[in-house]
Amino acid sequence: MSKLETLKQNLAGKFKVENFKFTHAVGDDILEVPKEDAPKVILFLKETGQFDFLMDVCGVDYPTREKRFDVVYNLFSSKDNSRLRIKAQVGEGESIGTAIPAFRGADWFEREAYDMFGIIFDGHPNLRRILTHHQFVGHPLRKDYDANHQQACTTSLPIHFNNEPGSPGNVLNDKYVPLNIGPAHTAMHGTLRVMAEMDGETIVRCNNEIGYLHRCFEKMAETHPYNQVIPYTDRLNYCSAPMNNIGYCKAVERILGVEIPAKAQAMRVILAELSRIIDHTIAIGTGAMDLGALTSFFFMFGLREQVYGLFEKLCGARLTVSMTRVGGMAQDAPEGWYDEVLALCKEIRRGTDEMASMVLDNKIFINRTRGVCPVSAADAIQWGYTGPLLRAAGVNLDLRKATPYYGYDSLDFDVPVGTSGDIYDRYLVRFEEMRQSVRIVEQVCKNVPGGDYTIRDKGIVLPEKKDVYGNIEGLMNHFMLIIKGLRPPVGEVYDATEAANGELGFYLVSDGSANPYRLKVRPPCFAIYQSYPTVVKGAQLADAIATIASMNLIAGELDR
Amino acid sequence: MHNNPVQGSASHGGASGTQAVDDMSRDFAFTSKIDHIVAWGRKNSLWPMPYGTACCGIEFMSVMGPKYDLARFGAEVARFSPRQADLLVVAGTITEKMAPVITRIYQQMLEPKYVIAMGACASSGGFYRAYHVLQGVDKVIPVDVYIPGCPPTPEAVMDGIMALQRMIATNTPRPWKTNWKSPYEQA
Repeated sequence: MSKLETLKQNLAGKFKVENFKFTHAVGDDILEVPKEDAPKVILFLKETGQFDFLMDVCGVDYPTREKRFDVVYNLFSSKDNSRLRIKAQVGEGESIGTAIPAFRGADWFEREAYDMFGIIFDGHPNLRRILTHHQFVGHPLRKDYDANHQQACTTSLPIHFNNEPGSPGNVLNDKYVPLNIGPAHTAMHGTLRVMAEMDGETIVRCNNEIGYLHRCFEKMAETHPYNQVIPYTDRLNYCSAPMNNIGYCKAVERILGVEIPAKAQAMRVILAELSRIIDHTIAIGTGAMDLGALTSFFFMFGLREQVYGLFEKLCGARLTVSMTRVGGMAQDAPEGWYDEVLALCKEIRRGTDEMASMVLDNKIFINRTRGVCPVSAADAIQWGYTGPLLRAAGVNLDLRKATPYYGYDSLDFDVPVGTSGDIYDRYLVRFEEMRQSVRIVEQVCKNVPGGDYTIRDKGIVLPEKKDVYGNIEGLMNHFMLIIKGLRPPVGEVYDATEAANGELGFYLVSDGSANPYRLKVRPPCFAIYQSYPTVVKGAQLADAIATIASMNLIAGELDR
Repeated sequence: MHNNPVQGSASHGGASGTQAVDDMSRDFAFTSKIDHIVAWGRKNSLWPMPYGTACCGIEFMSVMGPKYDLARFGAEVARFSPRQADLLVVAGTITEKMAPVITRIYQQMLEPKYVIAMGACASSGGFYRAYHVLQGVDKVIPVDVYIPGCPPTPEAVMDGIMALQRMIATNTPRPWKTNWKSPYEQA
């Protein structure tokens, strides 16, 4: 019996199943429900333990339809690693119930859908703008909003707090000191803003504001052809840019229904794991710097520079490589590149051990991080944590093992899992992941398959330059593909990869044209950072800084 | 420093003129040399405030890091407080929401202050021709040096810093700055 049949039987009796639509698209199960039922179905699926993660909530705009918006919920079950997409239609000015009673993690995702589309969620405690500024008028991701229509912002919002039940909301308490940290604060990472109410050194209440780096990734994706979106994905998580390329291309390839050659898969695995390593070096290096250890920053960046050197050799760019293309890679690796990677692996292994002894065995570091701001496994799942933070809390979930892609199932590596979910465990997990990534890279590098580095489908991949300049067929092929663009069939797909911070998902809706109709990124940081006020409540101010560092927040993917 | 021409100074040690004029010209030369010495000092002890918001911020960290080592240019003391810095390095995209913040940061810096717009986004909005991105940080604060690239390589950043150092060393006037008025001050 198929998954959908089982689901139908489970839901029958509780709901009017005859109003539901069970469909299937590119390997995904989809359940379309009336908007009144959506929150109840989600709560039911959660309570009966069928789906324990809410990965994403987003909207899609169809201006010509009677009920204009689709609200899409992406569910994931860690038991059998299956996914389910629940869709509900909402009209202009109508509202849909909030999913917060089922999943706390729905909070920011629903705020974002409100901000971008104007979809109203009943019962949401803080349905305010989240990514655009407070003077912004309109909802930018609607199809009738011009992508280039800028609206100036002249002031910043004063310190404000969330209207959670039982809290005094925006009213400040005279007994406590309001404290604004960031954006652009000595102790804060670039674009993050944290507002706290302090009782001495203790945080009584806390709120965080984002959107200071909202670069309209999704609107840009809608206005560019598929291949031109790749450089934008680079700049989502700029600490590990190749992983975002890979995640995006994988989603497009899945909707196109193509399989990339074995060599391209191997190259992508190497790139992804090297990126994971350098992402963790930044997380650890700057994390220790936030605790006052500048040496670690210099040490980790020395390691990182060497990996950059390899990226430069591979494609000419350092940070934003844009190395993948839909259908494979942009070019082959240069002669002897794999040997250099293998040589570097030894360096990384040595550097990781040295760094681990410098950080993890450091008494000051241990005292500052062990037992500080822990997150339990149940809470982590509720908030939609993925990646190292989820594993530090003790949940063994890694998409490379759960739903293997690119031959990860044939590789020998372990998934490190923490026990307490405190800051120390997060660094412990990151260090171990670096070692495991080295193992993976070594295995793949030692036997890179031969063959082509990309597929040769004329409707998808540009011909090689020697053909473009050398024969008329290649020239015409190039011309047609540039003018027409690659056009996936009508449909939709949600595809996820295990990025350095956790599950990086791309929800792609295609209407058959050369641009994506809708591209929603599910960034791992977004789900993690929304739990921050709860995690640091009652902690010391210095612990809050340590927590923010351990979460490894990348504003590019947080705000998109 | 001795190789550079001294601004506004009378020539000294020339063939013409009496001893008295020579003395006087040396005096004049000395006052203008103070400017020169100050400029030389300023150029060689830049205290940058990295305003790293995005990808360029990471690349600026590489510039500060061990391989490229900005300390060689006297600009090693990175300060995250505008009161302690004289060079604002805008490294990354500035959004509409961030614009009032960076304006205030710039106003809090003490004179003399310089601004480098690092990368395509900070210079012009880059390839984000989008509803929430400020199309260049020079819409809200005056910029001295623009560094191209997305993100610029560390070598390019150093080139930009050396360009700024030349500007400081020669006291090159920057008319756009004195005429500059922030859009928020007008409001």
